[in-house]
Amino acid sequence: MFLRATLAVLIAGSLAACGQQSDSPTPGASPSAPTNTVIGIDGSSTVYPITEAIAEEFQLANQGKVKVTVGVSGTGGGFKKFCRGELDIANASRPIQKLEMDACAQAGVKYFELPVAYDALTVVVNPQNEFLSTITIEQLKQIWAPESQGTITRWNQIDPSWPDAEFKLYGAGSDSGTFDYFTEAVVGKAKASRGDYTASEDDNTLVQGVSQDLNALGYFGYAYFAENQAKLKALAVVPVAGGAGVLPSEETVINGSYTPLARPMFIYVSDKAAARAEVRQFLNFYFENIATLAAEVRYVPLPPEAYLTIKKHLDDNKMGTVFGGEPATAITIEELLRREASL
Amino acid sequence: MSVSEGLRATITRAKRNDLIFVGLGIAALLFAASTFVALFLDMVGDGMSRLNPGFFTEFASRRAERAGILAAWVGTFAVMIVTALVAVPIGVASGIYLEEYAPKNKMTALIEININNLAGVPSIVYGLLALGLFVHTFGLGASVQTAGLTLALLILPVVIVATREAIRAVPGSIREAAYALGATRWQMVSDHVLPYSMPGILTGVIIGLSRAIGETAPIVTIGAVTFIAFLPPAPVTSSPPFLNFDWLSSPFTAMPIQIFNWTSRPEEAFQANASAAALVLVVMTLLMNAIAIWLRYRLRRNLNW
Repeated sequence: MFLRATLAVLIAGSLAACGQQSDSPTPGASPSAPTNTVIGIDGSSTVYPITEAIAEEFQLANQGKVKVTVGVSGTGGGFKKFCRGELDIANASRPIQKLEMDACAQAGVKYFELPVAYDALTVVVNPQNEFLSTITIEQLKQIWAPESQGTITRWNQIDPSWPDAEFKLYGAGSDSGTFDYFTEAVVGKAKASRGDYTASEDDNTLVQGVSQDLNALGYFGYAYFAENQAKLKALAVVPVAGGAGVLPSEETVINGSYTPLARPMFIYVSDKAAARAEVRQFLNFYFENIATLAAEVRYVPLPPEAYLTIKKHLDDNKMGTVFGGEPATAITIEELLRREASL
Repeated sequence: MSVSEGLRATITRAKRNDLIFVGLGIAALLFAASTFVALFLDMVGDGMSRLNPGFFTEFASRRAERAGILAAWVGTFAVMIVTALVAVPIGVASGIYLEEYAPKNKMTALIEININNLAGVPSIVYGLLALGLFVHTFGLGASVQTAGLTLALLILPVVIVATREAIRAVPGSIREAAYALGATRWQMVSDHVLPYSMPGILTGVIIGLSRAIGETAPIVTIGAVTFIAFLPPAPVTSSPPFLNFDWLSSPFTAMPIQIFNWTSRPEEAFQANASAAALVLVVMTLLMNAIAIWLRYRLRRNLNW
């Protein structure tokens, strides 16, 4: 009897809690298939802030008539679900890879590849670090290469003019697209990295680590540097030997000089989803607002004409990827647009 | 003379050991309690400023001051209801069967060992099982029902073990008295054993639910979303048939996911949101424990044997 009473209380409580929300009518919600009215998005944690900002504004503008959910399961995890047909849109911080293309093809999932913004992977040191303000890709490779594990551990092994002190490394965890991209761009092979560094999927851990350690060097997305500029010092990166160092900024990403660590970010839309009116509506909203919203969450928007080209793929029904499943680095905006034009 | 002196020495030594043990015990207790208090105060310090009514009635947002936990707490609440509705009947029934009905043979022993082992299985394993079974095989999706069922599996061993402990504490003489008056086994169980063991069972249920409410790994594994700006459909409607079970298959987010998402944001202001949400989660857990204590007290008062 007491059990019955307890259950009754629990149920009544739940009814009351959900009942207060019953005032918002859900017109499209047919009882048999409520999932049809939801736009399901999942994938990269790096692209998440952009898509979240768009989804938030979209739902406000629509007064909740079209429902959007955004998950975070990493670029790879997102593609897995996407190619099983479980998602409408996948967030990706790198282009789709060969294996993922095969999986999509096998399941009959066709997709639009839509670049949405750029991120600048930022190499940072402690603000009290006096000797470092510029670093070459070659030096970064020396520091991060898998062979360096256990042999290269002191600053002066990289450059004799640097102090004789042990450095401490902070970087992305091996499940993230950031890790894939950085290793590909710096070491030359995706996922090839030394293992004796502090790895975290949570970039705030890395920010903390670098800001408290005089001999630290780390890398993460630009947004985390931009929000913590007082605690960190960004390094200018020299793309080719003999060149000048370039600091990450909106300008250097747009003019293509911050390379190879500037990277495009994408959303992938399945053909089935793109055929739905509410998804089209969402994508239109996406491309109308991406320039302002991407900047607000500290990413670099593409030039307006780039968005027009990309949006046109959607209107012209041009599907597929322009990267052919190969890992791509040093894709400047110019290069991206050239590839997009050839689709 | 010498005997009493030896005795005195023994007593002194024993008393000293007593004192040492009390000291150690208090030290251990203080350590545990002060850790919790320090964590709690830290959370209050960081998150108190965000705890206003709007925090509970707003959805997540990219702007920290506009972001709230509405979807998260409603999601957690809905999942907990499914968890309780599934885990309690199955768990209590299993406990009753194992204690009162099951023959004492090898099969029963095997089941018992497995239940005890299940209580120690890491929660991520339940998440993986649920991903394969509920999400893919049964096609339930990353929904409230999937999360509820997953967490129900997770706490089932806790509920079963608690039920069995509580039933075992009922004196055998009560059972014999019931039989002597001609009661059937089910009458004996439902009229005597179950009411008497109810305080213990409820404590076990609430402890299980308190564990489930903070679980992150299994619900992340089944694919709970992070951003969701709508609530599950209301379970009651104004038109016939008045009941609506769509909320079971609705996507959702939960408190631990929201907290984790906020802690990993670049903007400093979200850290305060995370602390505030964590504070709410701790208070939810403490409330559940308080309800358990209160129920136990209420139900024990009705027992007189």
